[in-house]
Amino acid sequence: MIHVSATPVLALRGVSKRFGAVQALTDVELEIHPGEVVALVGDNGAGKSTLVKAIAGVGPADDGAIEWEGRPVTIDRPHTAQGLGIATVYQDLALCDNLDVVGNLFLGREIVRAGILDEVEMERRSRELLATLSIRIPSVRIPVASLSGGQRQTVAIARSLLGEPKVVILDEPTAALGVEQTAQVLDLVERLRERDLGVILISHNMADVKAVADRVAVLRLGRNNGVFDVRTTSQEEIISAITGATDNAVTRRAARTTEAQK
Amino acid sequence: MSANLSRTEGDPVEGAASDASAAEGAVTVVDPRLLVRQQGFKGYLDDFGRKLRSGELGSLPVVIGLIIIALVFQFQDTRFLGAQNLNNLFVDATGTGLIAVGIVFVLILGEIDLSVGSVSGLASAVFAVLNVNHGMPEWEALILAVLSGALVGAFHGFFFARIGVPAFVVTLAGLLGWNGLMLQILGSNGTINLDADGLLSQLTNYYFSDVAVAYGVALLAVVAFFGLSFLDSRRREAAGVPSRPLSEIVLRTVFVAVPAFLIAWLFNNFKGLPLAVVIFLAFVIGLDFVLRRTSYGRKVFALGGSVEAARRAGINVIAIRISVFALAGTMAALGGLFLASQLNAANQSSGAGSLLMNAIAAAVIGGTSLFGGRGKTWSALLGVLVIQAIASGMALLGIAAAVQQMITGAVLLAAVVIDSVSRKTQKTAGRA
Ligand SMILES: Nc1ncnc2c1ncn2[C@@H]1O[C@H](COP(=O)(O)OP(=O)(O)O)[C@@H](O)[C@H]1O
Ligand SMILES: [Mg+2]
Repeated sequence: MIHVSATPVLALRGVSKRFGAVQALTDVELEIHPGEVVALVGDNGAGKSTLVKAIAGVGPADDGAIEWEGRPVTIDRPHTAQGLGIATVYQDLALCDNLDVVGNLFLGREIVRAGILDEVEMERRSRELLATLSIRIPSVRIPVASLSGGQRQTVAIARSLLGEPKVVILDEPTAALGVEQTAQVLDLVERLRERDLGVILISHNMADVKAVADRVAVLRLGRNNGVFDVRTTSQEEIISAITGATDNAVTRRAARTTEAQK
Repeated sequence: MSANLSRTEGDPVEGAASDASAAEGAVTVVDPRLLVRQQGFKGYLDDFGRKLRSGELGSLPVVIGLIIIALVFQFQDTRFLGAQNLNNLFVDATGTGLIAVGIVFVLILGEIDLSVGSVSGLASAVFAVLNVNHGMPEWEALILAVLSGALVGAFHGFFFARIGVPAFVVTLAGLLGWNGLMLQILGSNGTINLDADGLLSQLTNYYFSDVAVAYGVALLAVVAFFGLSFLDSRRREAAGVPSRPLSEIVLRTVFVAVPAFLIAWLFNNFKGLPLAVVIFLAFVIGLDFVLRRTSYGRKVFALGGSVEAARRAGINVIAIRISVFALAGTMAALGGLFLASQLNAANQSSGAGSLLMNAIAAAVIGGTSLFGGRGKTWSALLGVLVIQAIASGMALLGIAAAVQQMITGAVLLAAVVIDSVSRKTQKTAGRA
């Protein structure tokens, strides 16, 4: 199932980020290959959202390098990230409540015909997109404020796909969803992998992670705390890497190394 | 349309017959409102009722308000709905109305511009000084006066968008500062009279006396409205997205045609179509187009909905904000020139008094939300008509300016209450 190409589409090398007194990220490494779902997990405040914002250009990193298809790049603006082919669905959704579904899907990349918004074409493509993703919404012409949390999430994910990205980042996409809509989102994630996209999936739900991810990268207190192959790693091992429990092989080894150095 | 829809999984939609059941199930991508609408006139009414209950009042309160105001004054004095009074009412409304159109853009951003009164006065002074004192040709002076408004607006926008000073404070400083600059350039005399037969004077004094012009413009508007709606509907049908049925397009056209011809008839009963009204309507329609049909307008709305979402969508927040304030300054300058045209002078009280409040009140009374994200340029037109109707009716009845102010204040309060309550209703109905 996993056919991982040699060059990662996206690689982070030693990324660090600081907010005043809080060192949110320290020397974080991460590699995403095409056609691969990497789950990014970690406790609250571990720095997952901060890492996502660094990749998406919303909150650029202070230090470290980002490589895109093997080339070093600087992502200092959301526009740059979009241009490279990085699409992000944020935890806090980032939809405009007053715009309708079509307006939100095409925000920032409106289809224009002779200088005029081509509402018909945008509406047609919106319906087509939502239909292929089996997303069910009462109308594409009502303000998204009137949609349920789950519907808003699916709109936000659909929106990220319009730019034909190579990497899609989903920040807790299933947190607000019911069982059925969670299943839909996970199906959607698998469809993204089939299209050879790289997916970074942030989730608190181990069942979701086990269901769709190929690898799991654990963040703890802003640092890497191991990358695991989902098929060969038990749920308990991942959880102990997240919580930093002492029976975790990685932290135990790390602790031994530091002791040895003393 | 079924070709596209039937791609949806398990979608039973095949033709008109099954549309209703699809709407009930609400499990498809199909717009149930539009499906219900296709059942004809009754569906249209049902949809209208649904919108009202969920707090989407739109222009309804202000239209009802206008009708009530008209009836009350007409009952007191039958001259109120006479051709001459209504003509003057429309022409008097244009200056404030143009300023209010700019305010609509600022309000959609969720901001406020308190400087528009002073900026309008400044523009009239710039024109008067350049044209009368320095002998510059009227066209050039007019263009420079309007540009001065754009520049001043961009200046406010810069401090707001780039430096991060709250718009309300920047423009409050502008309210004082630009008024001072106006007094400065008007000089010791304080009043500069304009050429009574000049271009600027013609702005509000010229009438197309040929009756064919007013009727022609009304006809053109109605035909264009019908034609564009019809073409849009055809394109939608061809693309397989919900479209308005012909019956609804005809109905809407009638709703446009009746007031259009009524007003044309009215103007023709006096001196003909006023140039000022033509220009005002051109700005209302043109900027309505910009707001609703261009990606620039979409960005303005997006900023009013969520600045963060707009930024993440790659929208240049700073540029859009500066441009909106520049537009407000431009419209303020233009409105100021119209007011100077009516006065035939620029003087120390230009742009002062209740002008600022009237312009903001007009936008809000007309249905543009103070909370940002919702609004139409048409609300400037409707709102300014309400304010002008009250002023004109009371002047006709000989009621003192003091009472006028209190009543206009009460109307503004009512409009803001409607705005706030409808926002609350929309929240409970899951909108806004
Ligand atoms: N804008 C910010 N300003 C200050 N501190 C922040 C900011 N954003 C995140 N942090 C801090 O950085 C750390 C990581 O946060 P975050 O990335 O949101 O964690 P996660 O998404 O994994 O729960 C937290 O300690 C948080 O308080
Ligand atoms: Mg987070």
